Parts: sequence; C-alpha cells; structure tokens
Amino acid sequence: MPNDTLLRLEELSIAFDDVTVVDRLSLEIRRGETLALVGESGSGKSVSALGAMHLLPPNARISGSYSLGDTDLSRMQPRDWQGLRGNRVGFIFQEPMTSLNPLHTVVRQIGETLRLHQGLSGRAARARSRELLEQVKLPRPDELLDAWPHQLSGGQRQRVMIAMAIANNPELLIADEPTTALDVTVQQEILALLAELRDHHGMGMLFITHDLNLVRRHADRVCVLYQGQEQETGPVAEVFERPRSAYTRTLLGAEPEGRPAPAGSQPLLSAERLSVAFSRPKKFFSRRPPPFVAVQPLSLRLARGETLGIVGESGSGKTTLAMALLRLAPSQGEVVFEDERLDRLSGNELRRRRRRFQVVFQDPYGSLSPRLPVSEIISEGLRFHQPELSSDEVQQRVQATLKEVGLPADCAARYPHEFSGGQRQRIAVARAIILEPELVVLDEPTSALDRTVQKQLVELLRDLQARRGLSYLFISHDLAVVRAVAHRVMVLKEGEVVEEGSCEQVLAAPRHAYTQALVKAAGLATTSS
Amino acid sequence: MSLLSPQFSPITRRRLEVFRCNRRARVSLWVFMVLFVVSLFAELIANDKPIVMQYDGQWYVPLLVDYPETEFGGFLPTRTDYHDPFVQEQIDAHGWALWPPIPYSYQTLDMQMMRPSPASPDAQHWLGTDDQGRDVLARVIYGFRLSVAFALVLTAGSLVAGVMIGGIQGYFGGKTDLIGQRLTEIWSGLPVLFLLIILASFVQPGFWWLLGIMLLFSWLGLVDVVRAEFLRARNLEYVRAAKAMGLPSRLIMWRHVLPNAMVATLTFVPFLFTGAITTLTALDFLGFGLPPGRRRWANWWPRARTTCTHRGWASPPSSACH
Repeated sequence: MPNDTLLRLEELSIAFDDVTVVDRLSLEIRRGETLALVGESGSGKSVSALGAMHLLPPNARISGSYSLGDTDLSRMQPRDWQGLRGNRVGFIFQEPMTSLNPLHTVVRQIGETLRLHQGLSGRAARARSRELLEQVKLPRPDELLDAWPHQLSGGQRQRVMIAMAIANNPELLIADEPTTALDVTVQQEILALLAELRDHHGMGMLFITHDLNLVRRHADRVCVLYQGQEQETGPVAEVFERPRSAYTRTLLGAEPEGRPAPAGSQPLLSAERLSVAFSRPKKFFSRRPPPFVAVQPLSLRLARGETLGIVGESGSGKTTLAMALLRLAPSQGEVVFEDERLDRLSGNELRRRRRRFQVVFQDPYGSLSPRLPVSEIISEGLRFHQPELSSDEVQQRVQATLKEVGLPADCAARYPHEFSGGQRQRIAVARAIILEPELVVLDEPTSALDRTVQKQLVELLRDLQARRGLSYLFISHDLAVVRAVAHRVMVLKEGEVVEEGSCEQVLAAPRHAYTQALVKAAGLATTSS
Repeated sequence: MSLLSPQFSPITRRRLEVFRCNRRARVSLWVFMVLFVVSLFAELIANDKPIVMQYDGQWYVPLLVDYPETEFGGFLPTRTDYHDPFVQEQIDAHGWALWPPIPYSYQTLDMQMMRPSPASPDAQHWLGTDDQGRDVLARVIYGFRLSVAFALVLTAGSLVAGVMIGGIQGYFGGKTDLIGQRLTEIWSGLPVLFLLIILASFVQPGFWWLLGIMLLFSWLGLVDVVRAEFLRARNLEYVRAAKAMGLPSRLIMWRHVLPNAMVATLTFVPFLFTGAITTLTALDFLGFGLPPGRRRWANWWPRARTTCTHRGWASPPSSACH
C-alpha cells in the first residue's frame, strides 16, 4: 500500500563543507513499523535522521527529496518546521541524563510541549501529563509529576523523554540510540514499551542503533549504513539470515567469539572480606547516617594466566571493587598480591609495587593525556620505574610494545587525537603492559568501541595473555565479551556477589534470577563452546 | 613559522594559530612589546647627560661614568651638570656630544626654562613639565618601565605561589583542602593597606619591600581558580592511570594536572598584572608608594626610579595598560 508510507527519503545526501557524510540514502518507513538504521559510529546514521528534520547546523548541505506523509519536507519554510517537530515527529535521544532540563520538574517539561503544540495549560496540561506518564508505565505518576530529573533513575528519565515525544501523538518517532546509556535489563523494558506505544498509536518508528542484538528483536526492517552509504535494506529476518553485502556479514560476525586459553593454577591475587564503604555527609543536629556500602565484604581469588570476569550493571560496585583491589580507593579487608599484604603498604613502597598490577580504563578518549605524544604516554611509567634505562632503550621498548599491540611504529611521535577509539585503547594497553605487569585490570575496556573493533581488542587481549601469562580482572556489563575472555565470572548486584563460577557454567545455566535476566537480555548467540 | 616548530603539542600549536589569527591580540602584543622594549632603554632615550662625547680628542661616556666638572674646564670637583650653559659652551668649543633624543631625565629640573612651571607642551618639552619643572615625557617613560617591571615580577611571583598553594589544596583534597581553604580565608581578611602603612612607619618602603608585601596577598585570587581546576583534573582518567602506574604525586601534578589548570590560570594573569599597577598607583596617591629617588641614581635603578611614580605619575602608563 503506497499511501501507507510515512517517511520517504530519496537520494538524500548530506555534506559538511564538501565532506559527504551521507551519500544518496533512500529509505521509507510505513505506519506501524519500526525501521532500524544500523551502523558503527561515524556511519552517518544520526546525521541522516537529523538532516531529514532540518536539525543540522547551517553549514550542512542537504540534497535529495524527502517527505513525511503528503508533506514535502525539502520545500518547507523555517516557520513550518516548528509545527512539525515535536508535533508530527517525536524525538528520543541517547543521553537521558542530559536531555532533561535539571531545573524543571517533570510536569513542566512535558507541559511545555503540550502548551506549545496543543495550547494546553494549567489543569488540562497536568491531567494530560499524568495520562502520558501512565502510558509510559511509570509507577506512582502523581508523585513523579512533581519530581525533579535528578530524583529519577536513567530508565525513568528515558520514560519521561518518551512521554514528551509521544505527547502530541506524533506520526513518526525518531529514537536515536534510545537505550545505549541504560543497563541491559532496562533496555529491554524500554524497547518493549516503544513497540507497544507504536502499535497503540499507529506510529512509524525510526530506530537508530549500533546494536544488532536489539535490531534482531525489536525492528521490522533494517537499513545498514557504512560510511554514509546504504549497504542493504530489507526485513530483519532476511538480512540476518542471508546478508547480501560484505559489510553486513562483517557486522553480523563481529560478536566476539572463541574462548581464552586454559589458565594456570598458581595463585596471584586474592582478597578476603574486602569491602568498600563511603561515609555519607552529616547533617546539622543529627547523627551521622550509616555509611553507604558500595561493596559488601567478599572474597576472591585469581590465578596466574587466569581471567576473572566481573559482571554487573551500573551501580553494582564493580569498578569500585577494582579500584579497591588496585589500592586506588580506600577499603577494608585483606588484599594479598603474591604473598604480600597490599593493604598494609602505602606511600613509596606501594608505588614501587604498582608496576606489577596495571589498569586499562573504559574511556579511550579520557584516559590518554591529550598533551603528550604517544611515545611519552607509553614510556612515562617505564622512565619512572626504571630510571637506569637510557632514552634509546626506552624508545626500543616503546617500539617493541607498539608492535606487540598491533600499532605501526610511526605512531610514537603522534598525539592521541589522531587515533580512533580502538587504536587509543591499544595505546592504553601498551602503556599498561610496557611495565611488564603480572595483573591487568580492564575496566570496561570495550564498552566505548564498535563491535568489530571490540572483537579485535578481545583477540589482542587473549593473545597477550597467552604470550605473557597475564592475569586479567575483566570488568564488563557485556556478557558476549566476557564469555570470550573470562575463565571465571563473578556477578555483582548492588555490591553483593550473587553468583560465581566458571564462565561456561554461569552463562549456560545461571542459577540466580538476576543472572538469568542478564543472560536473557544479552541475547547471546548460541554458545560456541 | 618559527613559532610553530614541532616541539609544541598540537594543542599549543592550535592556540598559537588562534592567537595569530586574532588581529587585535597581535597588534596589542606588538604595541606592548615595542613600548616595553623602548622603555627598557630609557637611559638612552631620556637623560640629562650625553651618551658619548669627545672633548679635547678624548672619548667620554657620561652615560656610564660620572666625570667631575673640572674635566671640562669647570672649577668644582663635583658631578658635571651638562645642562649648565658654561659646560655646554666648553663642550661645543672643544669637541662634540651625542645627546639622547630627550635631553632630560625623570628628575632633571630644567633651570633654563623661561616659562613658569607647570608648562604646557612645546618643542623643548614634548609633554610639558610638572610643577617643579621636570620633563613629563621623560617621567612617563621611566614610570612606565618601573610600573611594568613591578607588575611583571609581582605577577610571576603570585603565579608561582598561587599555583603551588591552590594545586596542593585541589590535588590532595579532603582535610588538606579544608584546612588550607580556611587559612586562606583568614589570610585574605588581613588589611593590606594598613599593613603597608604600618610598615612605612618603621622602614623606608623600597621596590622589594613593596613587592614582598604585595606578594603576600596577591596570590589569593589565583588559589580558587587553580584549586578548582586541580579538583576537577585529579579525577580525570589519565590522571588516575598515572596514579595506577605508580607515579609520585609531584610528577602527576606537574605533567598531567598543571597543564589543565594553566588555561584557567593564564586567563586570570592579565587581571593580576593590571591589578598590580593599579595598587601601585593607589599607594602613590596615598603617599605610601615607592620613596622619592636620590640624586645619585645610576647605582641601582629600581630605587632611583621611584620618584617617577610619586604623586600619581604612574597613572598615564598604567591606564595605557588597561
């Protein structure tokens, strides 16, 4: 039925100052269906949606024809756009933490769009807002109406964002990575809600994401973009079963696979009754409230050459636990590193030992100083711990390490901003391993990377482990990655260990309800073990 | 292009590029540099004695050496007054003298002036004279040099003190920060002007005295900015990575945290600079500024140059700096 087409893009091209970012993209969305626009970062998926809605900065040049229902969007006047956006088209953005104004209550934020497009105010707006909160299934809508954004969790904020987006019964809903910032179990709830609202209101939905796993379950059709070019479009089942383009095949095969090499049994690190508590601020004329316990007392053991995966959602205390083990955060309990009590050391003694346990952080953009060239970033620790090395020797070590992590030798003189996220993460790994540590803590090392890059990094990490006999403490929320690296896993929830065991066993037959939910949400492809 | 040599990091290079593209900034830098360099050579530009002269076939450098008047046919063994008509006649008769473009120093009293002081500008005195018959242009040049030098030293000193104190408070945080902040607050409550007035009653406040007293307080403004930047930067991931690598705090602060703090700090520096000049001027108006200079000034320039700022003579150059 051709008149069922809601959004139609024909040969849409977008260029910024002569750099083409979207190249002749054609797609259409029908009423009541979800089209997923899939691609890695920088593939032009968000830009094409924003471009079709004229939400790009003025230096963007847009060509081609695009229409919403019977309205030809390419001929719209600036004034007409205001009546269209937020009214016929609703938006949901990625970052629920920043898309809400922290200085307005929920009812004011929803009321604003109601007033603007429907002229509702006062009681009527409040009543309609309440109705919307019910539609997005927020508990206690009467209370939440007057709540401030900081009082809501990430998932609740995203629900408020959805309420705002559907407030004016839009025909089209554009969801730009709506669940990327959320925990996996919350992701599923939000996407289920979106599907339900789509069917209820007969909307069309453009779902922009990088996560094929979500596409498989929540979209009807999919369009794959690579560097601004459409690779293939088709029904989800068809594309996933019989991908036509080579790039789609790479994407589909990008899930990290394989298993780590068998580990040794010689113990390296252990912790007994380790706990982390933060004292809460004291109010005047009242007793100090009990401290907030981020990590409940727990014990763990890590052998040489072994990887322990620590899994949990945000706020589960997994990073805090790692920082405590590294003695970068205050903690109680014993930490034993090769028969030595780390928790009894401090100052210079501890600093001298630090070369033996290194860390790689989550954000490859934040963990490298932008002011230093790569060679200095990598060699900094070496020069401090081994001042006897001559600068030639240091440079040789840097070159050797760069080679080991698969970076070309000429990067030594370049600066971090010249590298992609995956390359930066390799630099961070090089910085850690140049000190020849025995333990490396990896704090979500893959979560800021695209799937294909994740796979390469996982392979590199496994390779390094096999060659150097490293032990890893691998923190992640991504079970697919954990399965590919970890020998054993430990599942944390609100600072408590809910399940622990060998990786295959826990992922194949989770016992605790929380682990079961995680495994289900992750939608792991059939176990390859 | 020599400014953009590869030893600068890309960030620095980009900043230099931005600076170069800002025409007003470039022009201001040039104007200031020209004025400052010129004023550094004030003795060659405005002086009450010739730079070099030949007398009876012999070379003399009055700029550097004091010659007694007897050298040039006078009667007294005192320092030569080269403006004395008799000495000038002698020089013209026996040789020649190369004078600076402005033949007056900052405290030369023009004895040959035919008009009452203060006089309006004319060919002799390009900006006129003050009420004691001293050339205003000469005094402006010397006063500019003194004010700018004072402000530069004071700014540099406050920068070092402010960054160190603010940095330690921000980087270590916790109790260090809490106690440090309270102490700074108490310290900032001390009345600077009273201290200066009390000081003036038992020492003669010279250049270094004034500088020292003002240094005790001028770093206070910087502490908050630097502390905030250090507080922010100590949680950056690459700072934590450096900690995990086992680097000592001083290295982390120097290599990783300080460069971040410098952006906010440097924006503050011009205000310190102009503030220093304004304070100096204010003190002069109150009569507690740098003391009146001595007749012999060639031995130590800062002490001698002091009169220039006396009674507000620093105001033309200081307002030029704003």
